[in-house]
Amino acid sequence: MNQATATHTHVSVEPAESPLTPESWGKLGMWIFLAGDAMSFGALLAAYGAMRASSADWPVPAHVLGIPLTAFMTFLLICSSVTMVKALSASKRGDKAGFTKFMLMTIGGGLIFLGLQAFEWTHLIHGKHVTFSHNPYGASLFGTTFFAITGFHGAHVTGGVLYLSAVLMIGLFGRFSKEYANIVEIAALYWHFVDLVWILVFTFVYLI
Amino acid sequence: METTHKEPNYMAVFYWLAILTVIEIGIIYLPLSKLIIGVGLILLALSKASLVALYYMHLKFERRTLGIIALTPLLICTLLVFSLLPDLTKVQHKTASTLKPPAPAQHGK
Repeated sequence: MNQATATHTHVSVEPAESPLTPESWGKLGMWIFLAGDAMSFGALLAAYGAMRASSADWPVPAHVLGIPLTAFMTFLLICSSVTMVKALSASKRGDKAGFTKFMLMTIGGGLIFLGLQAFEWTHLIHGKHVTFSHNPYGASLFGTTFFAITGFHGAHVTGGVLYLSAVLMIGLFGRFSKEYANIVEIAALYWHFVDLVWILVFTFVYLI
Repeated sequence: METTHKEPNYMAVFYWLAILTVIEIGIIYLPLSKLIIGVGLILLALSKASLVALYYMHLKFERRTLGIIALTPLLICTLLVFSLLPDLTKVQHKTASTLKPPAPAQHGK
């Protein structure tokens, strides 16, 4: 390592940076936020399990809920995770056109997911008369826990769509640089988390 | 300063996630006991969640301490489930369909 390189390295290393996420503090902040958020979902799912286990007339979810539709919604979120990592790769390469294309696909996937969830809720409420406090198929807590958990997740998807849209706008009309790729990576962490949580919700609320 | 690592094969991860999802759907229709199906579904869900965390969220390429931060909620939620278990074995909620009519009062005693 010659002197010029050594000087450059010395200048670029910031001693105040986090040793956990050298790229930015933002990434560490997002991980800590996701850990807290995961505990919220964990508490909801644990409460769901506790109420279900202590209920004598909990309905079989597959008899009330539409498994093929939610399986498709799961597949959709997995696809959106793939397009999200493709968008991140494109932003790291400096490929603005590719980044825009994959970000739009990811946001579109999120919007379709929300539309399908709205359709599912409408069908349950008006078609099967399952509401937050009423369930003709058995324990009323089934409706309470179902709408609370899927609603909490849906709020996260809505937040994710808005978050990714804002990040896309910054890329399109503002800066598009290597530093920007870090912003995309932090947003991608959130989106993948939403996908990860849905994988667990799908299993615990719909399949088991 | 920037951490660099070889980009994982994202499409291979996607195919695995798709295959595991198909297995999940199929397993609920198999003529197996509820316990086996339940355990199988939980293992499949944890496998899928691990794939997303390790490869899409790049946890596999991050520092170990960050992995510990990510695993903390799982540990705390597992403790929460175990702390709820004693109550679950004793309490059975009574609902309209499970309530039995009161036994008739016995006279002459």
